[in-house]
Amino acid sequence: MDASQVIFILSAALIIASALMVVSTRNLIHAALWLIATLFGVAILYAVLEAGFLAVVQVVVYIGAIAIMFIFAVMLTRKEMRDQGPQVNSTWPLSAILSLLTFGGLFVILSKWDGLWKLPQAIPDGSQDTLTRLGVALTSPEAFVLPFEVASVLLLAALIGSVYVAMNKK
Amino acid sequence: MQNPWIYIGLFLLVGIIIPIIPIAFSALIAPRKPNPIKQSTYECGIETVGESWVQFKAQYYIFALVFLIFDVETVFLFPWALALNALPFFAVLEGILFILILMAGLSFAWRKGMLEWV
Amino acid sequence: MNFWADPIKIIYDWLMLTLTSWGLDGAVANIIADLLGIVLLITAAMVLDIMLVWVERKVVARFQGRLGPNRIGPFGLFQPFPDIIKLIIKEDITPNGADVVVYNIAPILSLGSVIFLWAVVPLASTIYGTDLNVALLYLVAAGALGTLSIIMAGWASNNKYALLGAFRQVAAMISFEIPMVVALLIPTIIAGSLSLKDITASQSGGMWFFLFSPLGAVLFLISAIAELGRSPFDLNEGESEIVSGYHIEYTGMKFGLFYAGELLHAFTFGGFAAVLFFGGWHGPWASQYPLLGAFYFIAKAMFGYWVIMWVKYTVPRIRIDHMLAFNWKFLTPVAFALLIITAVAHSLLKGAGFWPYFLGMFFSNVLLGWVTLEILRATTHKQRLAVETPNPVAHH
Repeated sequence: MDASQVIFILSAALIIASALMVVSTRNLIHAALWLIATLFGVAILYAVLEAGFLAVVQVVVYIGAIAIMFIFAVMLTRKEMRDQGPQVNSTWPLSAILSLLTFGGLFVILSKWDGLWKLPQAIPDGSQDTLTRLGVALTSPEAFVLPFEVASVLLLAALIGSVYVAMNKK
Repeated sequence: MQNPWIYIGLFLLVGIIIPIIPIAFSALIAPRKPNPIKQSTYECGIETVGESWVQFKAQYYIFALVFLIFDVETVFLFPWALALNALPFFAVLEGILFILILMAGLSFAWRKGMLEWV
Repeated sequence: MNFWADPIKIIYDWLMLTLTSWGLDGAVANIIADLLGIVLLITAAMVLDIMLVWVERKVVARFQGRLGPNRIGPFGLFQPFPDIIKLIIKEDITPNGADVVVYNIAPILSLGSVIFLWAVVPLASTIYGTDLNVALLYLVAAGALGTLSIIMAGWASNNKYALLGAFRQVAAMISFEIPMVVALLIPTIIAGSLSLKDITASQSGGMWFFLFSPLGAVLFLISAIAELGRSPFDLNEGESEIVSGYHIEYTGMKFGLFYAGELLHAFTFGGFAAVLFFGGWHGPWASQYPLLGAFYFIAKAMFGYWVIMWVKYTVPRIRIDHMLAFNWKFLTPVAFALLIITAVAHSLLKGAGFWPYFLGMFFSNVLLGWVTLEILRATTHKQRLAVETPNPVAHH
């Protein structure tokens, strides 16, 4: 068993266990912290796949901004931090069976794809390293410059939307 | 050339374990005499008044929102900064357009008073 | 002489030889050698941290016109050791209703997030943890973990003041991250790489980046001081204001970890300022003798740390709303304007040889600084007129 397989299994176990704890813990702040563990596990997966830029961006944006925003939002709600009532509703056996069937169906479909059993191919080495190539791809007119600019418009829309929602309440 | 992230992973592990050593050491040799007065929470020397989780201002959340937008923007700017060396001048103009769109957003938030700490 | 030229590689090769001759597999030997190097580096950082306690107390004493610790050891050099012993033997009081797991993780994560930064710092041309190609963003990521530890500390203490202090501190820290990341983009543009080793290497021959972008260095310094949570931006932690903010309920060695983490963080940011803007380990004969390069680096980092302390002990505290207004209404627009100007100047002049490049970048910075000061002067003039104009219905 390869070292990268061991690391993958460990980080996948971390992600699944943390995700389960996110939805099942009663304390909201603990749920946010378990979410941070899940996001960190995803960052580990990115690093194992040698996508270093995505790994650090995951930590910077998801953990450093979005998770902190979650925690702020949880703090702003009512002071009751704990869930009341039962953690599952009355139809939980049916939903468990449905989700298992979905997982089984997806697995059957994916197992017919031969890419599932192979390691991912290494990115072919070009003349520049991958980060520069990402930058060139994002800004050269033959590649993705239009999505790059549209992304800024999307962020602007998010900013204006949040200003509108926040200011109306004041 | 091994993956440099293996080194980072080992560094993270050791870097988490090493601060635990002074705490573990202190837990071994420090005295432990709990009593209710010592363990009550501190509030300027008087008894605590009210719940410990007070309602917080919405302003914290608004600042976190604005920060998130600009954080994602700066993350987009990193590949652009690297590509400046490899592309002719128009790449700079594309980046300037990107930045100006978001500066327009910042000035909009400023004019609407969203950046005030009221 | 061969040892001095490349010490780490020689030690590493010797270690690999020994370990493989003991029958260990190549990859495992690699990991063990890495682990030894990591433990050595982290221990060196912690020892440096302990010395920083003495440095801080002596420097603050001299700024305030007094002597500082001078009883224990020559010049009080052994002062940190009684401090550490005192912190270790203090009782560890966990407040009522505190969330025990989160309460204990917070100081460990706080010091840990500073230690993580040392993995990518190039101490010399061949002495560094690892050459990560996204090292600059790794810095920001480790800072994000530090921010997280502050929220955890504030929340787990079950104390209104701790929570309030933690929230304000985190709001300030995340706000100042934007100008800091933009200031980090400036060496990226000039050097063309995110790797700290490449950025340092491209400053060879005396072409330190602060000559190309003095405004970038100043911007980085200001936002770094705010990121550290040090004065003048430490309202949330000031002992006289909010009674130490999120530290309130921490005693003994846990408080020691927070305190040591803050000092080491300040020194590490001095180190980053040195690497990014002041040439890192470059200096006379540093390329042939890496240990000399490491010495230059530590000296420059100490100078950066001294500047940070100088600011702390000279300037009064700034209120939280002034802090945030300063960031969003002044620093962020200036940072982005600087980024645009640097990108334009770099793209226009990058092929033109040293002197046009240097003069173009330097004067574009000076121009931006002058324009900023003019705009500030006009704004404050308007505000002063609004305040000073006598009210027509004054007194009769």
